Amino acid sequence: MASTDLATGTLERHGLSDEQLRAIFRNMLLQRQLDNRGFQLNRQGKVPFALGSEGHEALQAGAAMAFNRGRDILAPYYRDLGLCLGIGLSPYEIMLSIFARAPDHNGGRQFPNHYSSKAAGLMSFSSILAAHLPHAVGAAYAIKYRGEIGRAVLATCGDGTTSEGEWHESMNFAAVHRLPFVMLVENNEWAISTPLDKQMAEPEIWKRAEGYGIPGRRFNGFDPIATYAAVKEAMDRARDGGGPTLIEGTCYRYLAHSTDDNDMTYRTREAVLERRKQDPVPAFEEVLVEHGIMNAQDVAEMRKSVLRETNEATDAAEAQPYPKPADLYAQVYEGAWQPWQS
Amino acid sequence: MAVVSANSTVMNNVEAVRATLYEAMKSDERTVILGEDVGARGNVFLITKDFIGEFGPERVIDTPIAEASIVGIAVGMAMEGLRPIAEIQFADFIYPSFNQIVGEAAKIRYRSNGEYTCPLVIRTPYGGGVRGALSHSVSVEALFYHVPGLKIVAPSFPADVKGLLNASIDDPDPVLFLEHKKTYRLIKGEVPNGHYTIPLGKANVLKEGTQLSVISYGLYVHWALDAARQLQEDGLSVEVIDLRSIRPMDKTTILGSVEKTRKLLIIHEDNKFGGIGAEISAMVAEEALFHLDAPIRRLCGPDVPAMGYALPLEEEFMSSPAEMAETMREMVKF
Amino acid sequence: MAVATKESGAKPRLPLERSGLSDEQLVAIFRTMLMQRTLENRGFQLNRQGKIPFASASEGHEAVQAGAAMAFVRGKDILVPYYRDLGLALGIGVTPYEVLLSLFGRAADHSAGRQFPHHYASRRLGVQTISSVIAAQLPHAVGAAYALQYRNGRGRAVLTTFGDGATSEGEWHESVNFAAVHALPVVLLCENNEWAISTPLSKQMGQPDIYKRAAGYGIPGIVVDGMDPIACYAVVGEALERARSGGGPTLVEAKCYRFLSHTTDDDDRTYRSREEVEARRKDDPVPRFERLLVEKSILTPAGVEALKRSVLEEVNDATDRAEAMAYPAAHDLFERVYEQRWEPWT
Repeated sequence: MASTDLATGTLERHGLSDEQLRAIFRNMLLQRQLDNRGFQLNRQGKVPFALGSEGHEALQAGAAMAFNRGRDILAPYYRDLGLCLGIGLSPYEIMLSIFARAPDHNGGRQFPNHYSSKAAGLMSFSSILAAHLPHAVGAAYAIKYRGEIGRAVLATCGDGTTSEGEWHESMNFAAVHRLPFVMLVENNEWAISTPLDKQMAEPEIWKRAEGYGIPGRRFNGFDPIATYAAVKEAMDRARDGGGPTLIEGTCYRYLAHSTDDNDMTYRTREAVLERRKQDPVPAFEEVLVEHGIMNAQDVAEMRKSVLRETNEATDAAEAQPYPKPADLYAQVYEGAWQPWQS
Repeated sequence: MAVVSANSTVMNNVEAVRATLYEAMKSDERTVILGEDVGARGNVFLITKDFIGEFGPERVIDTPIAEASIVGIAVGMAMEGLRPIAEIQFADFIYPSFNQIVGEAAKIRYRSNGEYTCPLVIRTPYGGGVRGALSHSVSVEALFYHVPGLKIVAPSFPADVKGLLNASIDDPDPVLFLEHKKTYRLIKGEVPNGHYTIPLGKANVLKEGTQLSVISYGLYVHWALDAARQLQEDGLSVEVIDLRSIRPMDKTTILGSVEKTRKLLIIHEDNKFGGIGAEISAMVAEEALFHLDAPIRRLCGPDVPAMGYALPLEEEFMSSPAEMAETMREMVKF
Repeated sequence: MAVATKESGAKPRLPLERSGLSDEQLVAIFRTMLMQRTLENRGFQLNRQGKIPFASASEGHEAVQAGAAMAFVRGKDILVPYYRDLGLALGIGVTPYEVLLSLFGRAADHSAGRQFPHHYASRRLGVQTISSVIAAQLPHAVGAAYALQYRNGRGRAVLTTFGDGATSEGEWHESVNFAAVHALPVVLLCENNEWAISTPLSKQMGQPDIYKRAAGYGIPGIVVDGMDPIACYAVVGEALERARSGGGPTLVEAKCYRFLSHTTDDDDRTYRSREEVEARRKDDPVPRFERLLVEKSILTPAGVEALKRSVLEEVNDATDRAEAMAYPAAHDLFERVYEQRWEPWT
């Protein structure tokens, strides 16, 4: 829930304007809509795979609002649909990736959800958990090395990734060199089928910060405004040369890991339904309406607009051609792909 | 490539690496060196001695002991516009960074369709003959040359070290630069002054011959050359080729030589099964079978996990010029 | 903590905080420390004489290793050390002869002359085989602890050791985390000697107290004076007892110092000052413990001398015997690649 001052009933908005709050909400709606569209297309047999992010909408929209487009760098993971939208990727670019069409940033090579955009400052990543984090740290090093004050790297990952050796090595190096690096952990409590208590003995990940000698903090990832505040604080610290921060946003993964997963094999419907009560999308809608920032009609129109945008993006992307077979051989190296040189 | 002139300097392989890195650091501020003990210690072979004093700790980075992230952080630097040269202290320590090399660096350009690239050099000393036992002696080229998107070079002479290292540093794609540690001080040669590059994918014919083609690299190409010269005294004519570049590999020189001599011997220190010799053999069998007058042979490291610390175990693992000469003789006479 | 006090006339002598150790055990600890130092010196000597290619240094680690070894229960516990653990190996039963066999690379060595020196392995003593790759032994230690727990073995624990450098490795993190999740019977002992070859603590980590990371993993973290063998015995002993009784893992950090270079192939003059090393020599655990034992009348000065002589004799004897042993035969290279044939083609 967004922080409402119980005494006065005013919304703690951390400097966000009405416009920005509406933009956050729209991002959340768009994320959910695009997410659903992916699953729909999969059920229709049009795409082989979709991966959902329901439950992460507030966290990702709030974080995106704290990101400075054109200056900061994003090193996300594959569940960051909303975050990538929020920093400037269009629904069309998203759908191109889902359909694996030729104009996709990755030329249709990557799994869906593995967005990449040099223009947006979105670093290319793989499916290997934590492998992107040393890259993010290296990018932060480059920024600091060039004396680029005011720029920072926002790296994200799930709770699962924090068990990886490369998570540790990245945190450590960023700390030693006081890099402009923010590690945002989106703790949704499940690493596919592995619950938190099988992943770690101390469930509050932010507590590891002290061991690295850096600041750490936890916030409610279902609250986009609290998220914005926490991410902004950390990013500002990084941009001003204050070094890295470990921040942990708590949320929940409402769906299975992907279309290839069946979460009823490892958790109960009741448990999921119980957590649905905290669903950040209807929760934030309620906050906006309650505080007069939007009314019911505004919301309905916004939903229609989001649906329209999704439909347009879907149609436009689906109409694009696949990459050609010969494209398989491009971009192995700058020059010829052949290992034997003549 | 060794040229004797007033415009060259005699140096050994370790000095050639050092001199080349120094010039690279001076000429391009985007160049940074990172690895264990590369700064204050100047690298365990003193390759970067005093670099930190001249270029500063932001450019000569003593990393924590964390090989996966030494490469991974270098990948990120490269993606963000720096030209990092990462060092893995001994090739035996490269395994934790395997994913970053093979799964990430090699695929950055490909998976982003060229939007992101990874101009990265990973340097590491490999090879045995220094009583290094299981964790300071291995050859690793066969683990990596299989991987599209990676380039691998293994020069054996100081002039090649400089030219290929410069080319690797300039290369827009990730290059694994292998330095045989036993040749560091053992091998001396003329190195042209000034900046130059040797293109990747070009082998070097060290000695021309007509009766047998011998392909090798690393420490062993020197032994092979010694052996070939011994045979020359007995009137046997052996051609010795220094492979220099493992991926890409020079097909033209190899096939040209085989078509001339009609016999092929591949010599490498790395284990035989699945080693570089296997790929060369397959290629030659595919493309030049009817030019051969004898089966292709490979004289390679035995298929055991490593050379042992005890001297007889190391000696048993490694080949000598005498052993190489014997095999060459057999093949010439076949 | 051990208390070193000066005797002065009328003042009452404070009793030694001995954590339950008998005089005999204290002397045994001291002997292990002396043996570690003497053997190590012998290694450097042999290297200088050109008799062996390589020796590794552990001066400064004598107290933590002898103390920890005394807490280790032979025949029950498992040791997964790192290459600087000469004293720990001696303390749990590896003999000077076995150490020298490894320095000389003889066939009778535990690894039949294959491994670098100080990479002991002894099924009988419960010492696992290790490589030179930093932190690679940690997942093994955790796996061994899992096996102990799985077989319902209370009363047994794994003691694994590593330096400060290893704690930056990804595998260190993964191992500590897994041990914590499963509350495994393992003690993770960090011998923090402040230097990872040439890399000081400040370049290795954002804050210098490794034990403080334990809270992030949800396990206890204890710091101890690594130059005090009794304190190390007490802390490691308590942690091992906790592990053996099902209480889960502990991260123990022993603060010590590496007085010499990393190995005979290193030159620490290139990266740290003589002043720093000399200043830290004041904490040298060997003379410090000697002074304590004499002050508390556990040993007389004559007893100390006799002990040192006996240690030197043992080292001399072991050196001669080990040097006289044969190298492995060349064809031994091909043994034990697999259980059966080494050939990859069938």
